[in-house]
Amino acid sequence: MHLTLEFGGGLELLCDAVKIHDVHVEPPVGSEKMTMRDLLLWVQKNLIKERPEMFIKGDTVRPGVLVLVNDCDWELSGQLDTTLEEKDVVVFISTLHGG
Amino acid sequence: MESSAPDAAAIRGEIEALKVKKKEIDARIAALEAQLAPGQVCRNAGNGPVSDKNAAVSGTEHDLTPDMIYRYSRQLLLPSFGVKGQSRLLKSSVLVVGAGGLGSPALLYLAACGVGQVGIVDNDVVELNNMHRQVIHTEAYIGRSKVESAAAACRAINSSLEVIEHREALRTSNALEILSKYDIVVDATDNAPSRYMINDCCVVLGKPLVSGAALGLEGQLTVYNYNGGPCYRCLFPTPPPTTACQRCADSGVLGVVPGVIGCLQALEGIKIASSVGEPLSGRMLLFDSLSARIRIVKIRGRCLQCEVCGENSSFSRQNFKDFDYEKFTQSPMSTSAPVKLNLLGKDSRITTKHYSEIVRNGEAHILVDVRPEHHYKIVSLPNSINIPLSTLDKRVSEISSALEQERNQKADFEGERPNLYVICRRGNDSQRAVHYLQNTGFTSAKDIIGGIESWAQDVDPQFPTY
Ligand SMILES: [Zn+2]
Repeated sequence: MHLTLEFGGGLELLCDAVKIHDVHVEPPVGSEKMTMRDLLLWVQKNLIKERPEMFIKGDTVRPGVLVLVNDCDWELSGQLDTTLEEKDVVVFISTLHGG
Repeated sequence: MESSAPDAAAIRGEIEALKVKKKEIDARIAALEAQLAPGQVCRNAGNGPVSDKNAAVSGTEHDLTPDMIYRYSRQLLLPSFGVKGQSRLLKSSVLVVGAGGLGSPALLYLAACGVGQVGIVDNDVVELNNMHRQVIHTEAYIGRSKVESAAAACRAINSSLEVIEHREALRTSNALEILSKYDIVVDATDNAPSRYMINDCCVVLGKPLVSGAALGLEGQLTVYNYNGGPCYRCLFPTPPPTTACQRCADSGVLGVVPGVIGCLQALEGIKIASSVGEPLSGRMLLFDSLSARIRIVKIRGRCLQCEVCGENSSFSRQNFKDFDYEKFTQSPMSTSAPVKLNLLGKDSRITTKHYSEIVRNGEAHILVDVRPEHHYKIVSLPNSINIPLSTLDKRVSEISSALEQERNQKADFEGERPNLYVICRRGNDSQRAVHYLQNTGFTSAKDIIGGIESWAQDVDPQFPTY
């Protein structure tokens, strides 16, 4: 399926300073649906080029990273269990502290 | 000649316009004269001097004075804001924590719009490298308290405003007392521990919190702890790793970016104070200046398990006072003094003064500057080689060949190995680099203590700092 992935708040620096990635992702073998859990693994493997600890901690994103699926906090759609659909937009954004 | 004479209708039009202007000016003069009348000046709930002219207009349902009506007329003319909104605003108080890049525009608008009281907390002094974004300060205030400077600017805009100056750093020891005096809190700080501390204090006191942040070319904005909405900890229960907490002083920031967010913070404060519109609670605004995009996203609601605002939370004033926010976030509240690393032994480090003697004596050596390339382009020491720390492991061969070349050039020192010195901005990354180089065979590599900042301070006062 086609997804648009966006990185912000400095996370784009982990993937060659590119903010927007139009990607084609397939559900894992033997599965019909693609979840955020699957996507995180895919992103880690295919997009994150350096310092993976700045993106992932354990099996989820590190503290301080907001994940938005179609402009909605993934906490509201089931977090890692959120099922993705064709043309979904997933945003990973690091919280800022500067002023 | 007919054609060059001004059109009579235009002249008449201008006369009419000037008459209207004259009337407005006369009214203003009368109002000001009334203020000067002896024995008539007293405080009116923080809204400045009061006289008969400044007493509420009788026969109306509001208590706005003629002066207020005139000053805020363009807001009173907004049907959705009007007298009701303005009256509420005039009775409200807002505390702005931080008179920096976010606080500057927030304070300017809060002062101008007719908030009753504005409080300012900050412990910093105005510096030249603040001016590009901290637009409330002027050059005349460099070296003086930011609070003093910001308060003067607010009073210059609106003499009827009550400005309260808190020239101190906000800490758990004074936060409850300071925040409790205000209706609304604006977080315009620049570090993680302060953000957690201000959030928790607002939860304990039941105050809405307008939170803004900006770094580089991006900004973020939301309202916490408002009307049953989430708090900062509902969203970020665990602090991020310190490496993810970048500072403007290291990563840079385009001045207008915090400017945009600070203006929006003032706007959210005004909306809450006047009970007009929908505050940005349960939603977050993400601003990406380079692509000119603003995205407003829905965020989670109040978390029932939240440590401070959750259902079973027993987070009290005493808990707040005892909480160590710097330990919790592993980072300091004061951003003016970055942490000094102590990674190397004494014999692996030299002072900038010592290095200047090495240069003067023409001793064989090479100098590697491990700052990022865009830092190096701002300013660098003569004859240095730029190899950013992040690329060091891939470029050690360049160091070997530079040493070889130096050995060949300086015949006087034949037999002696040229020394290898490493410098960075403040002396932390250079230690990391030397540590790495010593482990990869460059056993004589030495770090220059304090980096180019120390060079500017101790050796060459003309050397630019940033
Ligand atoms: Zn909470």
